[in-house]
Amino acid sequence: MTALATDAVTLAGRGLRLVRRDVDSMITAAVLPVVILLMFTYVFGGALEVGTSYVTYATPGIILLTAGFGAAATAMAVERDMSGGMIDRLRSMPVAAGTVLVGHVVASLVKNLLTTAVVFGVAAAIGFRPTAGPLEWVGAVGVLLLFVHAITWSAVLVGVLVRSPDAASGFTFFVMFLPYVSSAFVPVDTMPTWLRGFAEHQPVTPVIETVRGLLVGGTPGAPQGDALADGALLAVVWCAALAVLFAGASTWAFARRR
Amino acid sequence: MDRTPPEGGRDVVVHATGLRKAYGRGRDRVPVLDGVDLTLRRGEVLALLGPNGAGKTTTVRILSTLVAPDAGRATVAGFDLVRDAARVRERISLTGQQVAIDLRQTGRENLWMMARLAHLPRRAARTRADELLEAFGLTAAAGRQVGTYSGGMRRRLDLAAGLVTRPEVMFLDEPTTGLDPRSRQAMWEVVRDVVAQGTSLFLTTQYLEEADQLADRVALIDGGRVAAAGGPAELKRQVGQVRLELELATTDDAGRVAAALGVPVPGGADARTVRVATDGTLAGVRELLAGVERTGVAPRRWDLRTPTLDDVFLALTGHAARTTTRAGTATGEQTRPAEEVAA
Repeated sequence: MTALATDAVTLAGRGLRLVRRDVDSMITAAVLPVVILLMFTYVFGGALEVGTSYVTYATPGIILLTAGFGAAATAMAVERDMSGGMIDRLRSMPVAAGTVLVGHVVASLVKNLLTTAVVFGVAAAIGFRPTAGPLEWVGAVGVLLLFVHAITWSAVLVGVLVRSPDAASGFTFFVMFLPYVSSAFVPVDTMPTWLRGFAEHQPVTPVIETVRGLLVGGTPGAPQGDALADGALLAVVWCAALAVLFAGASTWAFARRR
Repeated sequence: MDRTPPEGGRDVVVHATGLRKAYGRGRDRVPVLDGVDLTLRRGEVLALLGPNGAGKTTTVRILSTLVAPDAGRATVAGFDLVRDAARVRERISLTGQQVAIDLRQTGRENLWMMARLAHLPRRAARTRADELLEAFGLTAAAGRQVGTYSGGMRRRLDLAAGLVTRPEVMFLDEPTTGLDPRSRQAMWEVVRDVVAQGTSLFLTTQYLEEADQLADRVALIDGGRVAAAGGPAELKRQVGQVRLELELATTDDAGRVAAALGVPVPGGADARTVRVATDGTLAGVRELLAGVERTGVAPRRWDLRTPTLDDVFLALTGHAARTTTRAGTATGEQTRPAEEVAA
């Protein structure tokens, strides 16, 4: 058990060093969401009627988008390990080789905290005014971490399964798409019924609604009271279930890929 | 600890019998190993020599616990490969064809990480990393990210990463494929040092010269079977003796010299070269040269040739290995069905 913990710590340290030095993907993960934030706020935002200033409405969704970009880099890092020599060497050592996946997940969590902070900073500079107290902040960050955790494991699964870096980076399109068809940028009741069904019931929506309710509670469109509590519960259940599913599938696929 | 009694003697560190492995399913199932028997003794270097697709990498992957064989059994460092895989892993190291180091970590970080994963305490891991950097001539580059290293430096670091724990048996899968001649020489030096310190080495290579340079014993693998095994000198003896080669100016001269030495007159594209077997002794060679002198013909060039592993491969498998000679020119390239099968 101690050996397992030591291996996990060692490999998490590795993951963090690799992430920190992958300047390109670090910039992509921080800058692209900022560009999208600015674009939505200043280009589309004026035309969108959401009942409050658009930056207030859109920032929680942008944060989730950031997590998605970060996850794509994780998929590529895992793919690199799988197709390179690293996994073979680890498997020939007395190391539980699956801990290398945990290392990538830890690195992704830390990286996303940083890129998320950057996006928050820019959002604050252009008028995002959270009304949250300390407890709400902790809750919001907690839900975001759960979401990042779940989406990172899905990226790990992609990284274990695919056989080329291109396929791994293709994952970006999928995770980019999810927040668009949710309440991230427009209230779901403005969508056609058939799309609304998907948007209301996909996991990104309760996560965004929860973060919105916690950070800018009281603004139009943000859930409060029982609605917030129900949404938060749903968000936590979604994230936990997806994490268990994807982590399990990743471990299974990892053990079988030779 | 219940070490399996080593088969074939106390000093045997790798003993494999009847290893079989096939990949794919159903009608696409392709046998890669078709009953491989191998023995590596303590402190020795065994070179598994063969062309692409012969089954070298698959053999290494089985012996280093990465994949289980379909049939056959093996003990490595005294433990059964399948039953006691965990114990085997504590005693071996694998340096595969693909470099297993992170380009975005420095040389020191890579080695430190491997030492920690081999469960050395922090301080010991740091010391070991520095020792290895020194031993492999990488101290000056230790703080640089590996992405800035040359191909030869990366290979050396990769090899060092396999030595953090001083393994009993080291598996090296084609350690110099793709390296320029100078880096290859440097790699050989490093490998010799490692072996001198008592590590038994299981090496695969497609370079005959590499096997000749490094190995105490050579196993020729072809089509998933070991075609022949023995010391390099022993294998060469099986193929033939030392030969005197004489290159003449004209085919007429060649005919006269051949007649004088009592060997068949050469024909074909090589009709100006006369080859004659000798016992390799000074007296024997002098006698042959005297015979040439009596014909009054001066050869343009003459050469005493010891059989190379190239000759061995050709004689024992009926086709040439894909190889590179000392001069760096490719010789004996022949496509075979098995080469299309990835190991």
